[in-house]
Amino acid sequence: MRENRPVRSSFWRKFARNRLAVAGLLMLVVMTSVAIFADAVAPYSPLEMNLGNAYAPPGSEGHLLGTDNYGRDILSRIIHGSRISLSIGLVVVGIAASVGTVLGLLAGFIGGWVDMLIMRLVEIFYAFPFLILVIGVMAILGPSIFNVMWVLGAVSWPIYARLVRAVVMGLREQEFVEAARSGGASVARLIFRHVLPNSLTPVIVTATFGIPEAILSAAALGFLGLGVQPPTPEWGALVSEGKDFIRRAPFLITWPGLAIMITVMSFNFLGDGLRDTLDPRLNKGK
Amino acid sequence: MLTYILRRLILIVPVLLGITFIVFALLAFAPGDAISLMLGTEAANPELIERRRAELGLDKPWLQQYVDYMGRLLQGDLGRSFTYGTPVATMVGERLPNTLVLTVASMLVALAIALPLGIISAVKRNTVWDYSAMFVSIAGVSMPNFWLGLLLIITFGLELRWLPIRGLGDISDGLWQYLRHLLLPAVTLGTSLAAILMRLTRNSMLDVLGEDYIRTAHAKGMARTPIIVKHALRNALVPVVTTAGVQFGALLGGAVIVETIFSLPGLGLLAITAIRGRDIPVIQGSVLVFALCFVLVTLLVDIMYAVINPRVRYA
Repeated sequence: MRENRPVRSSFWRKFARNRLAVAGLLMLVVMTSVAIFADAVAPYSPLEMNLGNAYAPPGSEGHLLGTDNYGRDILSRIIHGSRISLSIGLVVVGIAASVGTVLGLLAGFIGGWVDMLIMRLVEIFYAFPFLILVIGVMAILGPSIFNVMWVLGAVSWPIYARLVRAVVMGLREQEFVEAARSGGASVARLIFRHVLPNSLTPVIVTATFGIPEAILSAAALGFLGLGVQPPTPEWGALVSEGKDFIRRAPFLITWPGLAIMITVMSFNFLGDGLRDTLDPRLNKGK
Repeated sequence: MLTYILRRLILIVPVLLGITFIVFALLAFAPGDAISLMLGTEAANPELIERRRAELGLDKPWLQQYVDYMGRLLQGDLGRSFTYGTPVATMVGERLPNTLVLTVASMLVALAIALPLGIISAVKRNTVWDYSAMFVSIAGVSMPNFWLGLLLIITFGLELRWLPIRGLGDISDGLWQYLRHLLLPAVTLGTSLAAILMRLTRNSMLDVLGEDYIRTAHAKGMARTPIIVKHALRNALVPVVTTAGVQFGALLGGAVIVETIFSLPGLGLLAITAIRGRDIPVIQGSVLVFALCFVLVTLLVDIMYAVINPRVRYA
């Protein structure tokens, strides 16, 4: 762990051999920059209407991807929408990974009935039909970006808890932990020096696949009208709005869907690459 | 074996309690009082509100309410629709078969796409066939299903006019009509599963094709096709079938979206319509029955898996 440089360079060399993963990473870097600087990059405001220029087809002057039923520029709406989708993905995975890590640590370190309780909870969560319950809960709580984030986060933690607990269990057997313990290392030190660094790899790989999953779920909720609400240009909601003009302007559906697909695909490529590079063993059977 | 099944059954109890409690909470803790939603314009009358609250038992402590709710559930009483006044159990019962037909059809579509493409990919590894199949697979998992559904509607419904895009045909109009209505929704719902299973079939086939007994079969001078079909495929299919079973529950979730897009009168469309109309008992009933189906399917798959694969039982 100490000698960071050779480890890092061999990581990059190995990672760079996976061309799809590199493409995914580059794509995500571009998208994140676009999302951060959306105000500067987008040619128009995402909410600016121009009824005189509604349904302009893609490629019209000044509107690369066309305009919608209110004459709003679709490219600008998709660019601003990337902020929402990406932040939902990150926040959901952030919530899930933190909750899961804490519960996994508790289960692994305390053991006994705490472990039993947390692991049963994990099993119960795995047996729950999520999209359906999330739909029910969102229907009652009311649609908002905040609700989307925490509800999706609240249902996605179990996999992280399992991973971290497994790392703790594995470390318990290891001699260096035994040595550290008898050397008087505190639990906190054990957690920060040994457990968390060792959990990092599986958690990062899982999180990389968790983000696109969250983006798809949030888009599905947006599409059903249970997520982020118009006129906010969330991608799923954009497809849903476009569906009312499916005969007149099918491109209103095409573009935002394509944006979702490219984003999700980039994360999946990146995840595959990370998994193969960081831990080839995880690749088995997948 | 029996211990495993027993353990699995016991685990169902907290799951069912959890599900029923959440479903119950949808009404009991609904913000923006459910009663005023139900009464609509008459909500201005406080006396009426009180009377309805008492009728629904909403004035009692919530634990009491939950026990009452469970009591009614066990008798098959899911309440009455705020909008139509009809028993929710009847409404759900009418819609459930359509949802099940849709999910089973999607599973068949997924297998019909995944198996041949996965096998071809594995057998013709690292050829253009393999790469195209893998690209289709990655595109399939990355595509939001609502988007795919709309693209299919645009292409096959509106442009080519080959297939109907709304509702479900009447089985009395003949099987052909019925299947024609089912095709686009089933493809929409089955695609992401097809993508997952395709990748799995390929990897599983590759593993098996590397085994000694396959090499032995080759050495014996057996022809290639029978080796692939008789020896490799049979073993490679075990993980594929297992995953297909596990993913069946996920199809139920996707059905909500697909039914909405194709106006297919199933449980999902019922739930979404109820959500739009704030018809809480119907939301509760449909979410509950959906959840029960999911739990039941997962349970059956787990038990079947334990029967097939003895190692699981001791895990």
